[in-house]
Amino acid sequence: MTNKMNLRNIKDKLKIGLTGSAVLLILAILTIILGTVIIGGYKSISWEFLTQAPTEGMTKGGIFPAIFGMVFSLLLMLIAVVPVGVATAVYLHEYAQPGFILTKLIRGAVNNLAGVPSIVFGLFGLGFFIQFIGGGLDRSLGQAGLFGQPCILWASLTLALMNLPMIIVATEEALRAIPQAERAGALALGATKWQSIRHVVLPQAIPGILTGVVLVISRGAGEVAPIMFTGAAYYLPYLPKLPTEQFMTLGYHIFVMTTQSPDIDATVPIAMGATLVLLALTFSLNIIAIIIRSRTRSQLRKGR
Amino acid sequence: MSLKKRRFKYLGESLIEGNIKITATFAIVVVFLIFIFIMRESLPIFFNGEVRQEITFGKLFKGTAWQPVSDNPRFSLWPIILGSLKVTLIALFFAVPVAIGAALYSSEFAGRRLKEFIKPAVELLAGIPSVVLGFFALMVMASFLKNIFGWEIRLNAVNAGIALGFAVIPSIYSLAEDAINAVPRSFREAALGLGASPWQTAVKVVLPAALPGVSAAVLFGMGRAVGETMVVLMAAGNAPLFSFNPLNSTRTMTATIAAELGEVVFGSGHYHALFFIGLVLFLVTFVINMTSWALFDGLMSKLYGSKK
Amino acid sequence: MQTGTDRLEIKGFNLYYHRTKALEDISMTIPEKRVTAIIGPSGCGKSTLLRSINRMNEMIDGVKVEGQILLDGEDIYQKDIDVVELRRKVGMVFQRPNPFPKSIFENVAFGVRMGDNVPAKEKLEEVVERSLKEAAIWDEVKDRLHRSAMELSGGQQQRVCIARALAVEPEVILMDEPASALDPIATAKIEELIFRLKEKYTIVIVTHNMQQAARVSGFTAFLMLGKLVEFGPTEKMMTNPASKLTEEYITGRFG
Repeated sequence: MTNKMNLRNIKDKLKIGLTGSAVLLILAILTIILGTVIIGGYKSISWEFLTQAPTEGMTKGGIFPAIFGMVFSLLLMLIAVVPVGVATAVYLHEYAQPGFILTKLIRGAVNNLAGVPSIVFGLFGLGFFIQFIGGGLDRSLGQAGLFGQPCILWASLTLALMNLPMIIVATEEALRAIPQAERAGALALGATKWQSIRHVVLPQAIPGILTGVVLVISRGAGEVAPIMFTGAAYYLPYLPKLPTEQFMTLGYHIFVMTTQSPDIDATVPIAMGATLVLLALTFSLNIIAIIIRSRTRSQLRKGR
Repeated sequence: MSLKKRRFKYLGESLIEGNIKITATFAIVVVFLIFIFIMRESLPIFFNGEVRQEITFGKLFKGTAWQPVSDNPRFSLWPIILGSLKVTLIALFFAVPVAIGAALYSSEFAGRRLKEFIKPAVELLAGIPSVVLGFFALMVMASFLKNIFGWEIRLNAVNAGIALGFAVIPSIYSLAEDAINAVPRSFREAALGLGASPWQTAVKVVLPAALPGVSAAVLFGMGRAVGETMVVLMAAGNAPLFSFNPLNSTRTMTATIAAELGEVVFGSGHYHALFFIGLVLFLVTFVINMTSWALFDGLMSKLYGSKK
Repeated sequence: MQTGTDRLEIKGFNLYYHRTKALEDISMTIPEKRVTAIIGPSGCGKSTLLRSINRMNEMIDGVKVEGQILLDGEDIYQKDIDVVELRRKVGMVFQRPNPFPKSIFENVAFGVRMGDNVPAKEKLEEVVERSLKEAAIWDEVKDRLHRSAMELSGGQQQRVCIARALAVEPEVILMDEPASALDPIATAKIEELIFRLKEKYTIVIVTHNMQQAARVSGFTAFLMLGKLVEFGPTEKMMTNPASKLTEEYITGRFG
């Protein structure tokens, strides 16, 4: 009897250990990817690498234009996505009645949007922004090739649409964490609904919204498929000055350097360096998001 | 002083409220527009006479060759549909046990400190851009696996599938963990109280109770895998072969669009065919995701009695 | 009744929550500048009745009302009533202290700032000081007005919430078991405060604590299963209730 139970205990422990090893595997994947990129890339990183343009047919030089273009496009993306995302979340959580058809439709649309493949966003950007909107603008302005071509603006807007659900979800999660009693408190003092949102609810939601913003930056920085056809360029000999120009960006640069290179031995170190920079960026952004979130949560636990 | 509303006092308030409401409908508009515009660019395959000389709906499903740029262009979708299927199945074969095992471990067996470490680690994995995963699979993993297993072809469906698995593990994990955590504590206490071991409780009570949510997680991961582009574009060898062998190079639907849209002649049959592939992807992922959400919502309302 | 003007009157008031009738045919006149306690077993609708007086029930889905609640002769449930103005006249203190995660000063100034005419800084400081003094917490917080209200103890937080309600100069103050989350000492302070506030304000307080009702209120309404069983001077109700149900409740037969 006791023996049998011991045997069962050991078997159970082994099985639990097996699920634990899945966790270890995830950690191993993370470590190996990070390790390979660090080891392969750190030699390429230098001040010059970060601040200079590619030279000699992109086989030498730095990645500055790609960093510059990435920052440019991400800023435009944020300007577009944050207000819309926050407003949608505020509507869903503060104004909408849960059972209403409109509410259900919006929720369904947000869920659906989150699942649309990134390359389909790229197709959409090409068909809608570049050909329909851009082409239409050009035709009505009587000129050719100003708006109806790939550029930072269209790429950023495509990225913005793609990341809209993320901002909405993050903001809604933040709104959900704010006690209903505080809204009631504000209304009972004669604040209007919007005043209670503006002065009591939103200020407290800022950390949550910030988490969303950080995650969206991180995801936007790494996305290639939606921008390949809507604005990103292989190589540009100058830095873009206007949103209507094409741009280089880090993720696409990595892709180009590894798959389209005429001299792969020369470009691999550069690609490794660029990958290290991108990974360092997305990792630190994700870590920032994790820290903000755990801080807010522990504050909530303490009853703030 | 009367309590009657003064006119226009809340004009600003209702303007703001109206604006918020209109903005909120934006998500609906976008989904609708995506559908319309992808549709619009695919429709010439069905209706435009000039395009139909080059390509028709029938041709998309005839034969087994995708050779859009040749003297005698052929547009059979079978090789790339097969490619998407192959890579997705391999990815799920690898990712599902890992993600669900890890979710089960972290919600049932791990201590609080460990749990607070696992979640961020998975989030970091989710934070790796797919172009980096593709880069890793192309530059490092492929050669490594080739040497170990003696593959003839370095870039193949298995290589891409494993890398794709890295990309979908976090999605499956997080939804599965939510589902498992949603199972009320009383279920566990009841099982443990009847003398079940922690493992029996987890596998015979908790997991079955969370099953709709866990299936939702698998479907969700499947949607991700079907739609993922960069990993397969870089790591699968990019050859649209009609082959069931997982060790051959392959090409998915997503990668086909990514690889060819840049060079395609605008308005050609090839161009519209690529949008048609996009339409198929949109619809397939739509169905997969909606099923996944319905399953998950169903679980939540079953466990909590009402919809959230 | 032998009081001054009766500014707050409830007439044939019914409240439905979806299909269920939560309040049935309530009629009572709440005397001005007195403390009126609403007592009754839990679930009897006493909080619901209280929240009907400043229309806070509207935050809940599926609530429908019939009948009238008159404030200064005006039915607050008429369509063209400005709910925001109503809530400025009828303030509310909640069961659990719910200060905003802002400074003590900002908490008290909040209602004033949300009004139509926001006063100048000095005037606002005056209002804050006056309200905190009225709520008997000024001495405890005057040196840390700009620290977060969340750092205060529960009892202090509740008095800041009372000060916050006083700052908008209401006529009526509704209190929903304001001391139920507090320890005995903090409770005593709140009761003392309520006793003094009735000189200036009409107070309606919901409590489940019979002794508390006896200590602070001049009038008491006893509610059961959504119906008003008895309403009258507290002293009479505690010593010589008219209804047998009331007697059974106050002697602790059920509750």
